[in-house]
Amino acid sequence: MGESGQGLGREGRLITGGFAFAMDVFLQQIINGLVLGSMYALVALGYTMVYGIISLINFAHGEVLMVGALTAWSVISMMREAMPGAPGWVILLLSTLIACVVAAVLNVTIERVAYRPLRSSPRLAPLITAIGMSILLQTLAMVIWKPNPKPFPTLLPSAPFHIGGAVITPTQVMILSVTAVCLALLLWLVHSTRLGRAMRATAENPSVAALMGVRPDTVISATFIIGAVLAAIAGVMWASNYGTAQHSMGFLPGLKAFTAAVFGGIGNLAGAVVGGVLLGLIESIGSGYLGALTGGVLGSHYADIFAFIVLILVLTLRPSGLLGERVADRA
Amino acid sequence: MNVVSSNATRTPEWLKWLVLVIGAAILPLILQQFGNAWVRIADMALLYVLLAIGLNIIVGYAGLLDLGYVAFFAVGAYLFALLASPHLTETFPAIAAAFPGGLHLTIWVALPLAAAVAALFGILLGAPTLRLRGDYLAIVTLGFGEIIRVFLNNLDHPINLTNGPRGLGQIDAIQIFGWKLSRRLEIGDFEIAGVTLVYWLLLVLVVAAIIISHRLAESRIGRAWMAIREDEIAAKAMGINTRNLKLLAFAAGASFGGVSGVVFAGFQGFISPESFSLMESIMIVAMIVLGGLGHLPGVVLGAVLLAALPEVLRYVAGPLQQLTGGRLDAAILRQLLIALAMIVVMLLRPRGLWPQPEHGRSAGRG
Amino acid sequence: MAEPVMLKVEGASKRFGGLQALDSVGLSVAKGQIYGLIGPNGAGKTTFFNVTTGLYVPDAGRFELQGRAYEPRAVHEVARAGIARTFQNIRLFGEMTALENVMVGRHLRTHTGLMGAVLRLPQAKREEREIAERARALLDYVGIGRFADYRARTLSYGDQRRLEIARALATDPVLLALDEPAAGMNATEKQQLRILIERIRQDGRTILLIEHDVKLVMGLCDRVTVLDYGRELAVGAPAEIQSDARVIEAYLGTAAAH
Repeated sequence: MGESGQGLGREGRLITGGFAFAMDVFLQQIINGLVLGSMYALVALGYTMVYGIISLINFAHGEVLMVGALTAWSVISMMREAMPGAPGWVILLLSTLIACVVAAVLNVTIERVAYRPLRSSPRLAPLITAIGMSILLQTLAMVIWKPNPKPFPTLLPSAPFHIGGAVITPTQVMILSVTAVCLALLLWLVHSTRLGRAMRATAENPSVAALMGVRPDTVISATFIIGAVLAAIAGVMWASNYGTAQHSMGFLPGLKAFTAAVFGGIGNLAGAVVGGVLLGLIESIGSGYLGALTGGVLGSHYADIFAFIVLILVLTLRPSGLLGERVADRA
Repeated sequence: MNVVSSNATRTPEWLKWLVLVIGAAILPLILQQFGNAWVRIADMALLYVLLAIGLNIIVGYAGLLDLGYVAFFAVGAYLFALLASPHLTETFPAIAAAFPGGLHLTIWVALPLAAAVAALFGILLGAPTLRLRGDYLAIVTLGFGEIIRVFLNNLDHPINLTNGPRGLGQIDAIQIFGWKLSRRLEIGDFEIAGVTLVYWLLLVLVVAAIIISHRLAESRIGRAWMAIREDEIAAKAMGINTRNLKLLAFAAGASFGGVSGVVFAGFQGFISPESFSLMESIMIVAMIVLGGLGHLPGVVLGAVLLAALPEVLRYVAGPLQQLTGGRLDAAILRQLLIALAMIVVMLLRPRGLWPQPEHGRSAGRG
Repeated sequence: MAEPVMLKVEGASKRFGGLQALDSVGLSVAKGQIYGLIGPNGAGKTTFFNVTTGLYVPDAGRFELQGRAYEPRAVHEVARAGIARTFQNIRLFGEMTALENVMVGRHLRTHTGLMGAVLRLPQAKREEREIAERARALLDYVGIGRFADYRARTLSYGDQRRLEIARALATDPVLLALDEPAAGMNATEKQQLRILIERIRQDGRTILLIEHDVKLVMGLCDRVTVLDYGRELAVGAPAEIQSDARVIEAYLGTAAAH
């Protein structure tokens, strides 16, 4: 080390003044950001699909992520005891599947109990039941699984890959690839299947869709199921990535994912993905560099509000979100 | 000639109110007998009533879903805490030199000042939301609430403004005509606890808030707010400057939050960012929706129920705790009950427990 | 002895993505006239209204009210200048009473602010009384005085349209712009509406009217502009328009059906 001033020093570091920009660190932030963003994208999709169909913010969605993660944890613990020799990826796969089922049942039940009866009620009523559901689920989870954080085991081999100085674990590779697969499947579902067409039709115009023979209740339940599956998968990913699961783990990611869905353009699937990934990248890069950039004034503890700052900035410039529909008011 | 006086059969409106207020004023004296803790619960309930009335102006009258209202509460609290505690004089020698006796802002200045500063914040936080659709507005206001909390939590470096997560302590007690409301007042043999004095201060503020809010609702401004709530485009077409009126709603609603914050800080003697979380904003929204959005009596009811009931339950939770073998402690029980209350009440009465009576008569349709 | 021009629009254009909703449309309404704007569905009539009143920002166009040019940018400013409108899909304040709806119409011409409201100053109380009186008078004027305390959304369709007119009149406009006021009305209601509009004109107001009911338009309007596909098709007195071949073609014979 030793070169100061402009120019590429040894080890490929670009040194400008006091702030050293290292390619490998940047690459690491990108990778972390993409991993985080993938999880946000999956959860954001759930929010945006539900909102697109029934114009409701499913405040309890973050809790579905949490239930998915904790259910998987329980299954993993049981399987490891019962079948100690089973390969890690099998346990992971099975526990995720069961988590998805449980999450789907939970989400559909929430819709039936808390949202369906209030479809024609004043707009704020289902918001309150949603918030109540969120608190209820967190409290029940605290009772069932006890409040202490659970160590979530790394079931995939832990030897990391090296890419240009940065590190990526097999778990993270799993996260990125599973997200890509989920997105592809969702795209296929929405565009090439009957259910997908029904969902799109109901989102655009529920009464006309009903006249065409689409059953709104079926479509809505399907939407909640799909959202729950995505959230459960995201929950397992989250727990795997951070190595821990707890009853309070769903609230903040849920909130941020919803924020991402909004600034991507609520109701828009692509917007949810773009928003989620963008948020992941911003949080990762921001926490990494904000401290250095502002000379220590603002640090990584502001990471939690990056989502909101981005939201406010985006909405000020584009009130319908990045990819949102410009709704022309027909007088 | 048999003229029966019409006054004999109808209780005048003002008399009903007077009885209610007198009843409310006597309440703490009764509660005092069971212990100061009960009066404290009543104090907190009144504080929330004040907050709920303020939020009701924004959400109930103008129809702007604000999920970050606690920010205004925080503004008022921190304003008083900074200007009536040793923190600034201990942290900044320049200020200590300028105020050798310390900073001790009197309540008579603090209350209007907090109202004004909170109103200003209302305008600042409301301004970016003006063009947004309802749910977007909700999430942006939520974001603002969180941003303020995070800043309060982190503004202890590079300069220590807020003392971060450690919070601000040694806040002056509220002084009215030289009497500190933290001290007992003795009238002959009768003893009035400090908490009761605070209760009466809050009661005065609540009554004032109710009167102000009611008058606003029945005025030209109130009608304009409701028009905006019902149909913003039609309101504009009738010449209403919706931008200014929305900002006015934010400012007016926020000012109540600021005032509550001052009393809260002076009452507790200590504040920290923890008291101004997202959950608080959500709770206040829940109070007004559960009680009856836009309807003052409902709003008061909702606030009292959601504020006081969990505290009351804390005391009766003992037997329930034993029933479940200790797994369900009081805090968990409280949370469960709040959550269930929110869900069940909304399912049974979506318009709230005490909503606006069906406004106007029905001509048969709808 | 020509009447002064109340509203003059020249070259109003508006594009939505690939659709040219308005293509250089103009008209000139004289003071005290009842001016009709007709055309098949999708011709751009409501778009014209929206552009003229500031709901949409036009891509091009020159707008003059009472000889003074104005920028149709802010809806409430246009209302303040003196154009009051009703809406094709009726936009009342549903949960407020009929009286309150009309009282909101008086907002523009009254001043009581926050302080006045909270302190109940005598000036404020007087203004409240005046607002209520004026509103009641307007409800009577349009013929729904007895529904003053009824929630607006519970009124019948025809009464709701009349309420919307009363509310618009409350703003003391110089030009009243009505968007399909007769839509959904039966023959009797249409007759009553016609009488009301005539009365409004006799009381000194200028009226611009979008309507589908050709018979109503012909009987009521002094002058008519026909739009088709966003363009002016024909302008003139009703009789001329009725026999214009292009107009008949545009409507494809539906004119006779009414």
